[in-house]
Amino acid sequence: MYNVPNENGRFGDFGGRFVPETLMLPLEEIEEELAKALADETFKAEYIRILQQYSGRPTPLTFAPNLTKLLNGAKIYLKREDLNHTGAHKINNAIGQALLAKRMGKKKIIAETGAGQHGVAAATVAAHFGMDCIVFMGEEDIKRQELNVFRMKLLGAEVVPVYSGNRTLKDATNEAIRYWVQHCDDHFYMIGSVVGPHPYPKMVREFQRIIGDEAKRQFLEREGRLPDVIVACVGGGSNAIGMFYPFLEDDVKLVGVEAAGKGVDTLYHAATITKGTKGVIHGSLTYLLQDEYGQIIEPYSVSAGLDYPGVGPEHAYLASIGRVRYESVTDEEAIAAFQLLSREEGIIPAIESAHALAKAVELAKTMDSSQTVLVCLSGRGDKDVQTMMRYVNVKEDDDVAAVYRD
Amino acid sequence: MPLCTVTKPMFIPFIVAGDPTPDITVELAFALQEAGADMLELGVPYSDPLADGPIIQRAAARALSGQMTLQKAVELVPEMRKKGIKIPIIIFTYYNPVLQLGEESFFALAQQNGVDGVLIPDLPFEESGPIRRLGEKTGIPLISLVAPTSKKRIETIASHAQGFLYCVSSLGVTGVRDTLPETLNDFLTEVKRHSRVPVVVGFGISTSEQVKMLKDYCDGVVIGSALVQKIEQLNEQLQTPANKEEALAEFQCYAHSLVAPLKHACSSQ
Repeated sequence: MYNVPNENGRFGDFGGRFVPETLMLPLEEIEEELAKALADETFKAEYIRILQQYSGRPTPLTFAPNLTKLLNGAKIYLKREDLNHTGAHKINNAIGQALLAKRMGKKKIIAETGAGQHGVAAATVAAHFGMDCIVFMGEEDIKRQELNVFRMKLLGAEVVPVYSGNRTLKDATNEAIRYWVQHCDDHFYMIGSVVGPHPYPKMVREFQRIIGDEAKRQFLEREGRLPDVIVACVGGGSNAIGMFYPFLEDDVKLVGVEAAGKGVDTLYHAATITKGTKGVIHGSLTYLLQDEYGQIIEPYSVSAGLDYPGVGPEHAYLASIGRVRYESVTDEEAIAAFQLLSREEGIIPAIESAHALAKAVELAKTMDSSQTVLVCLSGRGDKDVQTMMRYVNVKEDDDVAAVYRD
Repeated sequence: MPLCTVTKPMFIPFIVAGDPTPDITVELAFALQEAGADMLELGVPYSDPLADGPIIQRAAARALSGQMTLQKAVELVPEMRKKGIKIPIIIFTYYNPVLQLGEESFFALAQQNGVDGVLIPDLPFEESGPIRRLGEKTGIPLISLVAPTSKKRIETIASHAQGFLYCVSSLGVTGVRDTLPETLNDFLTEVKRHSRVPVVVGFGISTSEQVKMLKDYCDGVVIGSALVQKIEQLNEQLQTPANKEEALAEFQCYAHSLVAPLKHACSSQ
């Protein structure tokens, strides 16, 4: 029976609560209120109602006929988190945490963001619930994601540039935590992934498991059985945990895909489980990219959403017990998959999700037509179009599928 | 050296090992002893210091650019002893560098080098069991912190406190603050009621007026960011041989002026 985390927030050796003393009581209060909320049918009903009426859930399960035909292997299905309000799975968690904040009487939200997807989700729910929202974002990411910065401001959030470190997601998270230490009496810290001190990894899993719960029901309806393989991308890992969690005790192969950047044997990657070692980052014991002295190393990926030197402690645990296999996909492979899905199925995926897709394509080719692969399409790619213009020279007669034909 | 026998109220300065260089850190520590320091907190620079504000973050970046590590910081302690520094020295480090060195190796190294105490700001009581036991085994106390939000946790933390108990003055990270919360004295009184060891206060304390206000409510005052900021200002002079002595003297007098309410006359004047 899969039953983690324990009462200390440990997933095996991983997880826990490594934070300054000032945050211990606020964390205990969140843990207590979360337990009550999750046992409260009214709370759950309200969460589901908002997901349906505001975010548009359930999201569809889409069969990818052209891709399946092209690969001549397993049937490929996509769980369409890209069709959520705000364009990614991040809103599921933001709605859940906003409801919890409201229940705790907190009217001010703190969030960190990398690509801006969680920042936009936080700003969106803050607007919806009439709360204030302050989003910390690395100055480098602010430059790379102008569109999302404007969206957050349009939604009424304050975007605070972070100038420490490499000025990306890790540094934005540090600054959000420092701000929270200062304002924990009246602010709620809305973490965007299954990272951070207990109970955040558990809380975010509970608010993202809707992905897997829905997918399981939809897949059974459609195929009359469970998929053979499920693939999801992993930065912090919230869409992957949300997708995997309801399948952990089923006979389904689960594959998490990390960002290999320019290659896992170069200095430029974000493949934390593949290449990292055990340590503490942002309040949690997990795998991370660090040097031999315990200083955290800046990661790299073309995808801002996967560009994180740590990973959720539950993923570290699932890797350690061998339940989930973690692999990695390079920038180049992800960009190819980004183009492939656009051209073959008319769906522009987020570059994060394109990492999962690239691995799914590779696996599907080795399987037969009686088998199935389910991909978590965690977000849509509109936000990436500007970046992709730098990498991709689109011509009408490009045959982006050529390499996939035998 | 036992931590509890020093005269009260104590002046406990904090500086970052390797800021601006390891050699100058030793000289700065000596200047602090001359300025009346009763104990020294030697900070180990970390890439992601969650409990620190911009001043100490910048100091850590300077020290890291000189390749300072946890091990090298601990090995500065015997250098300080050679220089004539007699006050107890506490190693202040985030948890991750300790994990990478290995918890047992770290305590063995600390013991070997005569470290008098260890403070890990991101290791709360609940996660501190194994480290606490290693501290007991090696005779190096693990200093605990309590914060204004600790409330019902104060009693548990205080009852297990080793060496002394460190009170975080206000919500927030380290830094230089103009004002401290009005409720601070009540908080310190509450902590003292539960504590069997000396109670010291830190975070944000940066003027002699604040020191004066606090001295009757605690057994010691930790001053970090104000001193580290002064080191930052004197950085260039400290690293220019012709100006170093003057800069060290200025640093010593500044440190002394901050804690004048705790002391009598400035010994360097």
